[in-house]
Amino acid sequence: MRFRRLRAIALKELLQIWRDPRSLMIALLMPFTQMFLLGYGVTLDLKHIPVCTFDREASQNSQSLLKHFEASSYFAIARNVRTYPELISAIDRSDCKIAIVVPPDFSERLNDTGTSSVQAILDATDDNTANIAYGYAVAIVSGYSNDVALDALGRQGGELQQIQPVAVQSRVWFNEDLDSRNFIIPGLVAVIMALVGAQLTSLTISREWERGTMELLVSTPVTPSEVMVGKLAPYLALGWIDASFCLIIATLWFGVPFRGTLFTLFATTTLFLTVVLGIGYLLSVLIRSQIGASQVALLLTMLPTTLLSGYVFPIDQMPTIIQDITYLVYSRYYVTIIKAIFLKGAGIAALAVPILFLLVYAAAVMTLAARAFRKRLD
Amino acid sequence: MTAESPIIQVDGLVKRFAAFTAVDRLSFSVNRGEIFGLVGPDGAGKTATMRMLAGVMRPDGGAIVIDGVDAVADPEGIKPHVSYMPQRFGLYEDLTVDENIRFYADLFEVPPALRRERASRLLAASGMSNFGKFRAGQLSGGMKQKLGVACALVHTPKILLLDEPTTGVDPVSRRDFWRILYGLREDGVTIVISTAYLDEAERCNRLTLLHSGRALYCDTPTELKKRMPGALIAISSMDGRAVRSAITGKPGVSQVLLVGDGVHAVVDNSDLRIPQLREAIGLAGVQVSGIAVAVPSIEDVFVALLETGQAQ
Repeated sequence: MRFRRLRAIALKELLQIWRDPRSLMIALLMPFTQMFLLGYGVTLDLKHIPVCTFDREASQNSQSLLKHFEASSYFAIARNVRTYPELISAIDRSDCKIAIVVPPDFSERLNDTGTSSVQAILDATDDNTANIAYGYAVAIVSGYSNDVALDALGRQGGELQQIQPVAVQSRVWFNEDLDSRNFIIPGLVAVIMALVGAQLTSLTISREWERGTMELLVSTPVTPSEVMVGKLAPYLALGWIDASFCLIIATLWFGVPFRGTLFTLFATTTLFLTVVLGIGYLLSVLIRSQIGASQVALLLTMLPTTLLSGYVFPIDQMPTIIQDITYLVYSRYYVTIIKAIFLKGAGIAALAVPILFLLVYAAAVMTLAARAFRKRLD
Repeated sequence: MTAESPIIQVDGLVKRFAAFTAVDRLSFSVNRGEIFGLVGPDGAGKTATMRMLAGVMRPDGGAIVIDGVDAVADPEGIKPHVSYMPQRFGLYEDLTVDENIRFYADLFEVPPALRRERASRLLAASGMSNFGKFRAGQLSGGMKQKLGVACALVHTPKILLLDEPTTGVDPVSRRDFWRILYGLREDGVTIVISTAYLDEAERCNRLTLLHSGRALYCDTPTELKKRMPGALIAISSMDGRAVRSAITGKPGVSQVLLVGDGVHAVVDNSDLRIPQLREAIGLAGVQVSGIAVAVPSIEDVFVALLETGQAQ
């Protein structure tokens, strides 16, 4: 490998990127649009779930319970209905995901026996939302029942600790707010780097074929590895810029904590970029049209990266066979790494295993890519 | 290597594309410091031959030895000494003239000082000194070709391979182009040029006539003209069509071509046939202003050779 030739290829590629608005747009705007689109679009937290109330008693107690729902940011009162048919049609038309029915004898039973119950009707067409809504509803009702019990105790002058003899104290680590955004955004950075990286280099060799510049290039003494390294270098630099954009948006805009070091982030990102840029380059060598190569690159990176990398769908909840397949998805390792860097502040040593997997991947892709390019027209 | 031995030796070269044989057992040799022409119509196998000489296409058979190196076994071994200019403009249109020259200079590892000196000399020689900052895509067809040559020459190759460099170039630029090539020959560069323009073939030192992937003849233009079967007779007339119909099919007349000022006819024996033709034209009542033996052009020779099917 000769430095003069390698630098010539890299400089030429850089000039071409700079003068081609299309590839520059992909490179610089995609991180922004993707971060904002997916950062806002994908959240596992449910807020303002539409709820219907059916207060069959209309007493002070029942209204006080429903006030708790109104006050909660998890729910938004969609309608107050007065009959069951009205309630059923509200659920049928998806006006609400959950309906709370207070029975006519709610206060009576509360006064007589000290316990009472309300009915929750859930639209479980989306079982995940239904489960979460149910959990929130239980939490609100038990909050109300604590208030009632405290009230009763206050009147009777009893002891406070009798109310909750055993309480579960849980402590959440790393993502104390249990904010799903903190967990999704770092993974999103990985997805964006995977998509942008493979897209960019998928054009680089096919462009030479389409514009008719390949014939002259292969008639020079340049070697295939000089072409490969020279062409990947400017895109690696672009990848670093994109990673910086993502880091800034994640921390300053979305307020995701960044507990790791920049060194760890950029070292592992470089490794990951080597893999994705290499895959894009390989596709570009194998598929001689720009459109074809970029489509295949999108297909190959988009689905495995979004579905099987664990960026939003947890890998340990997948069927065993799918779990085994995820070991082939290179993004999986980077998602693990980047989440650990952001949320746990993990260093290189703690991430040795996923880093090792990425190293193996990078070595394999580079070897294949260097061999795939032949200085031949046929 | 002695100076007399050919710098390029091609033996029994074969290239097939599926069922189609583009180059069929082609043999020729190119001497040091000459301009060698591969002349033939489209589809004769010129581009495939050029690509195999440049080491960017693998032959299906035969041997190419360039400057003592087996170019089939070791295509990379010849590349530092060979410059190839493909038929289709192969430079980067989104790069400037200077950037393109620098790119190729770097690929051939030309020292920067030498590159600057050569680049300004090459651009000046082709009248492009003021175009250094222009994007290659903005240049005219002729200038693009000259830029191609400048890029090809920035590393002073021993051999320059030019695949139809003057196709689509205006006559003035073509003359400039050939002036550059003669200058290079003075510097000792061996040039292999392919062309479909038969008038350009006359400008080569030696040439081979290609047809359907095979060499019809390989010689100097003068020697090729001597191989002309029979003689070329020029008949000047205002009414070429009438002359043509008067003499077509007459004994000894193998070919009748309309030209601007009359008709060119190929005959087996000029002394015998000229009086006969005069008679035939007179019988038809066509006015002619002259009948004489003419010096055949390469085009006449090529067409005549194809007609008689005298392939070597």
